[in-house]
Amino acid sequence: MTIMDRIATTHEPLLRVDGLTKHYGPRIGCADVSFDLYPGEVLGIVGESGSGKSTLLSCLAGHQHTDTGRIAYDGRDVLAMSETERRRLGRTDWAYVHQNPRDGLRMGVSAGGNVGERLMAVGARHYGDIRSKAADWLGRVEIASDRIDDRPSAFSGGMQQRLQIARNLVTSPRLVFMDEPTGGLDVSVQARLLDLLRGLVRDLGLSVVIVTHDLAVVRLLAHRLMVMKAGKVVEQGLTDQVLDDPQHAYTQLLVSSILQV
Amino acid sequence: MSDDTQSGAYTFAYLDEQTKRMIRRAILKALAIPGYQVPFASREMPMPYGWGTGGVQVTAACLTPEDRLKVIDQGADDTTNAVSIRRFFQRTAGVATTEATMDATIIQTRHRIPETPLTEGQILVYQVPIPEPLRFLEPRETETRKMHELEEYGLMHVKLYEDIARHGQIATSYAYPVKVEGHYVMDPSPIPKFDNPKLSGNPATQLFGAGREQRIYALPPWTDVVSLDFDDHPFETSKAPHDCDLCGAKDSYLDEVITDDEGGRMFVCSDTDFCAGRRAEGHEGRLGGDQKSSKTFANSFEGIWPATAGAR
Repeated sequence: MTIMDRIATTHEPLLRVDGLTKHYGPRIGCADVSFDLYPGEVLGIVGESGSGKSTLLSCLAGHQHTDTGRIAYDGRDVLAMSETERRRLGRTDWAYVHQNPRDGLRMGVSAGGNVGERLMAVGARHYGDIRSKAADWLGRVEIASDRIDDRPSAFSGGMQQRLQIARNLVTSPRLVFMDEPTGGLDVSVQARLLDLLRGLVRDLGLSVVIVTHDLAVVRLLAHRLMVMKAGKVVEQGLTDQVLDDPQHAYTQLLVSSILQV
Repeated sequence: MSDDTQSGAYTFAYLDEQTKRMIRRAILKALAIPGYQVPFASREMPMPYGWGTGGVQVTAACLTPEDRLKVIDQGADDTTNAVSIRRFFQRTAGVATTEATMDATIIQTRHRIPETPLTEGQILVYQVPIPEPLRFLEPRETETRKMHELEEYGLMHVKLYEDIARHGQIATSYAYPVKVEGHYVMDPSPIPKFDNPKLSGNPATQLFGAGREQRIYALPPWTDVVSLDFDDHPFETSKAPHDCDLCGAKDSYLDEVITDDEGGRMFVCSDTDFCAGRRAEGHEGRLGGDQKSSKTFANSFEGIWPATAGAR
């Protein structure tokens, strides 16, 4: 049974979010966000700076405390889990790709050590196995195998971002959170990274929640799209539908703001 | 126990009774949770941080007038740090001191575990510069505490992985991380990894004091201690591939001593009591006929070698 078959036979959502709300004191971080994410599905979240998309993502990933609402992963209530369970989930089933690779990598540790960390965190204790798995993943994200003992500080920005992705995917997570994974990269590097991500998502059958302000990224990657403004979801639907026929005034503004070259 | 000592100026063992009580409570807690770092209100001591202020406070809290104290620094009884701490307790507690491991009831040590096996009832007090084994991997104290709490020790293996990737083997040769009773990962203080096996199943009580970092941790007698490693790169002890030049011991930890400016060198036991004991029994090494002892060598280097208890 291929991954796509398995996805086709699953009808239960992997992640179910219901009325998620987060306040920063009197101000709204994000309010009353609800969505279902099915296995193999990529959900894009777009919106301007300060619209609450990063807040939403960090609440989902458990990096921040959620005020009210429910998050169910694979039928389990995430907010009711003990911290031990949630952190274990964070290094096995879940992955989080930061916008700045320096936040997600250990800059003083070699590329191989960075990729191997998650393996060792879940109990891998055979050096040869860890190393061959790390080398395999570096290959998959197009990093030359002779760079395995170099530190990320010797890598370019695009390579660092690819290394961060390898480090996150090595334990075969089912759900990946990405916060502006292409931010700060030039367009040709962006294009290659997007191509790589699209291939990995398809091959591994990953479910992804991707936050970005770049509509081209969601056009390429996301199946469904959520548009946020001032902490609230103003429109959601299939990506092409939302981008080609925006209904909400803000979405129309967003779509028409793209520069044409 | 507020009797003045012969100097008349100090409480017994320098610290006031309330402070010793506080430290004893920390020690009891540490013994109850082997390998767990217990915070304590470390006091200013009349010696600089890095010279064993943590160990001195633990020793002061454990001492009774009947105790016999031995102090070693890098295995030697006669290096600056050992001499000054021994004199400190002679003056402030008036306790008997000894250089013989077997006769001592409390042994304060820096960087070594004595070669002579310890026995039940003895207390070994370590001076610890940095108690947190994860410190150089994760700088946030809040995060390292959480990692200890949840037993998230994958990062410790990342360090060992880096060693093998860079040097072909686990190159960490001192302060080698250990796992205590299947839970807490602990820094055994900067003892050589040669001494790591002696941590486990030791009949003596082992107490660790870090003065600057304000932490006390402990291994009760007969605690199970495992050095971390990989399945395909198992833990190995290491020592200089020589015999002691004075006593001929093959299985003791050795110091390399430069004897002249023409490449001359000798290897001697770092544990001076062990070496002297073997020589008294008639064992003789390559240069053993010489009247020199490791003690005279050590003395001749005082002032050249910094005999401080600094971290590294």
